[in-house]
Amino acid sequence: MSLATSTITALRQQLLAKEITPRDIVTDVAKAIDEQNASIGAYLSWDLEKALVDADKADLSQPLGGIPIGIKDNMNVLREPCTCGSRMLAENYTAPYDAGAITKLRAGGAVPFGRMNMDEFAMGSSTENSALGVTRNPRDLERIPGGSSGGSAAAVAGNLAIATLGSDTGGSIRQPAALCGCVGIKPTYGRISRYGLVAFASSLDQIGPITKTVEDAALLLNHLCGKDARDSTSLDVAVPDFTAAIGRDIKGLRIGLPKEYFISGIHAGVSAAVNAAIKKLESLGAIPVEISLPHTDVGVSTYYIIAPAEASTNLARFDGVRYGHRSAAANDLMEQYMMTREEGFGPEVKRRILLGTYVLSSGYYDAYYLKAQRARTLIRQDFEKAFEKVDVIVSPTSPTPAHKLGALKDNPLAAYLEDIFTIPVNLAGLPAISVPCGTAEEGGKQLPVGLQIIGKPLDELTLLRVADAFEKA
Amino acid sequence: MPAPSIDIHHIAKLSRLALTAEEAVKYQDQLNRILGHIDQLSSHTLEAEPSAHAMPVFDVLRADVARPGFTQDEALSNAPRRAMDQFQIPKVIE
Repeated sequence: MSLATSTITALRQQLLAKEITPRDIVTDVAKAIDEQNASIGAYLSWDLEKALVDADKADLSQPLGGIPIGIKDNMNVLREPCTCGSRMLAENYTAPYDAGAITKLRAGGAVPFGRMNMDEFAMGSSTENSALGVTRNPRDLERIPGGSSGGSAAAVAGNLAIATLGSDTGGSIRQPAALCGCVGIKPTYGRISRYGLVAFASSLDQIGPITKTVEDAALLLNHLCGKDARDSTSLDVAVPDFTAAIGRDIKGLRIGLPKEYFISGIHAGVSAAVNAAIKKLESLGAIPVEISLPHTDVGVSTYYIIAPAEASTNLARFDGVRYGHRSAAANDLMEQYMMTREEGFGPEVKRRILLGTYVLSSGYYDAYYLKAQRARTLIRQDFEKAFEKVDVIVSPTSPTPAHKLGALKDNPLAAYLEDIFTIPVNLAGLPAISVPCGTAEEGGKQLPVGLQIIGKPLDELTLLRVADAFEKA
Repeated sequence: MPAPSIDIHHIAKLSRLALTAEEAVKYQDQLNRILGHIDQLSSHTLEAEPSAHAMPVFDVLRADVARPGFTQDEALSNAPRRAMDQFQIPKVIE
């Protein structure tokens, strides 16, 4: 069987037993890409020769030694492209440095291999906003993989990668992991350096792993987290051994069920799968507790003020001067800005830049941005109160299974509203994981459903413990 | 608050986007619908201090010492146009 179908944990045992070499793994992953990427479209590019050189040099004494990891195409890896799924960076950008997370991965012995497709500048929940290619859900090729880390999730679910990195601003790791049927974790804001991650909404963005098992996610977190002086928002806190959460029981753990999250409008199959998951957690000794997150209804509005506002300022850097696309038609500097951006950005990015510019413009700041920042405080306080009574909170990751490609194409608002369960977590800076919890029937197909488990700030250990116990039960 | 209506041409200029006529019509309509939804925030009394981010981390300073950075060549390596080891832009002064 191809080594591409395996997990980090299993491959590491084989490597240490000298049954296989890192070169074998990279070769098998490349073979899987050759065979399947044309239909799935998870990778935008990959450099086999470079990966083989790195694999041959890999330090097997390190915990991730010799393991290839696919990287979402918005993180800088030295001398590789970093397109962000955009025409703006498609043809003329080569990363001159490694992102902080990549430096850590390399120190752990891992080999960055391949660039994963994504919604342009991470804006979207379907990967259909990529300007550079379509990614399909390996469980049903007519359907979206979710997004924005759709390539990262599709590659793991389709066995075109061992594990990948994604980034999550409003659910962009958890939702595609849920829709494709794999594990995705967004750690606490500040756990992982954002240095070298192309910024979308800086107060919300966080890098995290997408994997086949909870144990693999824990292992990767061990080698991603930690203070980086080059990201002033990265937290100077101790990094525990996250694998200590694996193989534990969850007896007596209190599981919060927010009444505002179990509402009508959720797909019946998703509802059934999540309710069955809660019963399973109960059978493992967890105690369900009903809780309330009263400001849930303002989450989406708050997010779609704050995220575009930050995006409109972050993306001001793409002006055709220092890197990326530059319009050939411009005659003066202002025209160069206006035309470079018009030609380089796709529709969703333009929509969000316009929205963000509007809410920050003169006369509207108090009505929108300031108000959204107040709402963010209230959303965070909702969670703080809830966590006085429970250890973790569970919910569906997404209210629906994967849509067909193109289903929400002309209705951005409908697409935004589907982020309802993932967005509050980013606004509150909390860690959360999505683990597969069965399937829901849609159009005659059984499609993956994800269970979201939300934790207290910096308490990834409890999340992983619950997710691992659930996965193995 | 009255139903919002974006002056799309003004906002596009502030955004430095040379929208086509069709785009201007499309985005005006889409953004007005999104703002219509976002305006539900105005119906809430939100009595709380604003937070710019979720974690209680403020005023992070680093030691004021030189540290290595890009060489000039590395910094210019992705420049769409360069001249005399500088980024080149269209003429600004007549």
